[in-house]
Amino acid sequence: MTTYIIRRCLMAIPLLFLISVISFGIMKMAPGDPTALMMDPMIKQENLEAYKESYGLNDSIVVQYGRWLGNMVQGNFGESFIRQGVPVSELITARLPNTLLLMLVSTFIAFIISIPLGVWSATKRNSLQDYAITVVSFLGVATPNFWIGLVLIMVLSVHLGWFPIGGVATYGEPFSIWDRLHHLVLPAFVLATADMAGLTRYSRSSMLDVLRQDYIRTAKANGFRQKTVIFKHGLRNALIPIITIFGLMLPSFIGGSVIIESVFAWPGIGLLFMEAAFQRDYPVIMAVVVIAATLVVIGNLLADILYAVFDPRIEY
Amino acid sequence: MTLTNERRIPNKPVSAEDHSLIGHEAIWKVMLRKFMKNKLAVIGAVLLIIIVGAAIFAPMLAPKDPSQQVLLDKLAPPGKDYPLGADNLGRDTLSRLLYGARISLLVGFASVAGSIFIGTVIGAIAGYFGGILDAVLMRIVDAIISFPSLFLLITLVTIFEPSIFTLIAIFAVFGWTGTARLVRGEFLSLRKSEFVLAARTLGISNTRIIFSHILPNALGPIIVSATLGVGGVILAEAGLSYLGLGIQPPTPSWGNMLQSAQNPQIMLGAWWYPLFPGFMILITVLAFNFVGDGLRDAFDPKIDD
Repeated sequence: MTTYIIRRCLMAIPLLFLISVISFGIMKMAPGDPTALMMDPMIKQENLEAYKESYGLNDSIVVQYGRWLGNMVQGNFGESFIRQGVPVSELITARLPNTLLLMLVSTFIAFIISIPLGVWSATKRNSLQDYAITVVSFLGVATPNFWIGLVLIMVLSVHLGWFPIGGVATYGEPFSIWDRLHHLVLPAFVLATADMAGLTRYSRSSMLDVLRQDYIRTAKANGFRQKTVIFKHGLRNALIPIITIFGLMLPSFIGGSVIIESVFAWPGIGLLFMEAAFQRDYPVIMAVVVIAATLVVIGNLLADILYAVFDPRIEY
Repeated sequence: MTLTNERRIPNKPVSAEDHSLIGHEAIWKVMLRKFMKNKLAVIGAVLLIIIVGAAIFAPMLAPKDPSQQVLLDKLAPPGKDYPLGADNLGRDTLSRLLYGARISLLVGFASVAGSIFIGTVIGAIAGYFGGILDAVLMRIVDAIISFPSLFLLITLVTIFEPSIFTLIAIFAVFGWTGTARLVRGEFLSLRKSEFVLAARTLGISNTRIIFSHILPNALGPIIVSATLGVGGVILAEAGLSYLGLGIQPPTPSWGNMLQSAQNPQIMLGAWWYPLFPGFMILITVLAFNFVGDGLRDAFDPKIDD
């Protein structure tokens, strides 16, 4: 097991290296260099050259990549082009807690709704409930979740006034947990809808697989109650593959935060990314992209390790 | 006996085409029957035909010019003049939806055609040759998949400026990874099979073995992934356009029609407006998913009809 974990961690290193190369390559495709954005257009040529020299823009591409990577590993993502002098890492750490909160809560919502629905659907296979849940999942996969957000804001916030239309807290009010939760419910729910349909379908098929196993039949034959068989014998094993699916869903989840944070004006990493995209603030854009990809790699790594821990059938 | 047989082969070879024609016709018939028995798949196919038809004939079907602004009629409710109402600039929603269908479908089909091509070639090379080439290509796939796609798309759009062409190119260049994995899997399982060995023994070139001997076996999964892929691209394009980073106004797209939906005037006074573009996205993606699932079952020999 330990060797598996170590090997799995080592495998992530070339992946992270490739991610950094692709990111750096994309950044180098951006038109113009930082000096074009930051400097006075009337600057004298020799001064411009001096700036370029001091920023290391005249070095070879490999040297530039090495320096960029070295800085990044130490948490130094450079300075924002637009908000001059502000380190990118500062902008990100200011916004990160909001995004993590949103993601944690919506992961929780997605699991707490999808897994019971999937299990219910599997145990009542081919019934009306099963059919209804399948249809709703199909609809969920096909619906753009920002549109669900828009419609919910229009109905629940604008017309009924039950929820605030956006933001993380009421402006100018003192901190209160109730107010925070009130702002959190809608965006977290809408972000959760992105993966809920897939997760329900997946828990359903995972549960069906387990229910077909011999040991379940044995348990039933031994006279255990239906509930005990499903929840005690079945569910535990059905949950194991769901760990993997969470790893697979992570990219869409993190990606979805961009659009949901924009819909709900939620000041997290996604909204920071959108602001940076509109202002062509490349250091911020690239830092967010690299961090998001790294989070996905780490998430997948954790999912694989957890899978190995929970499933004793797998030998390494 | 053996002698005559041996002689017959060079004299009158049974061409591969003859064989495959006989075989394929029957297979396609079975698949079509299986597909037609799947109610959801048939519903999806009918919806797709209607939507594609509406997109093709948009100039004839649209009651008004999609860009014509009649400011007096802004936010007109659905009624006689405007069957589905008008937007905040007084443009006819129905006409914009019809023209928007052209954009969404064009971006969807063209991007997927591109990404399927790239994915098939890379997957085939990786799976057929294996070894270090396979390892390197698959690590690149892993790396691309690790980027949350929306972040990557937005970054590229800020660099290349959004237009229909750049959107298609970006979706194609970064959307091939799923197909590549799929095709690689098929090639990996078939490259050691007897018919490939036979082809190799006969001295047939690698290119020919890849494209005319192994690839037809992978066609089913490729078609399924393409069908589901179009729906995925339509959703992604809608998201980008909603954020203002996809199709740029005044060209209508279902995504950018929703961009103005967050306008307080619409939220308060024209609740119906955001419903239509969202509904069109939903129905179209749903139709592609139904058809894709139906095709998957039809191509799967393990599932009886």
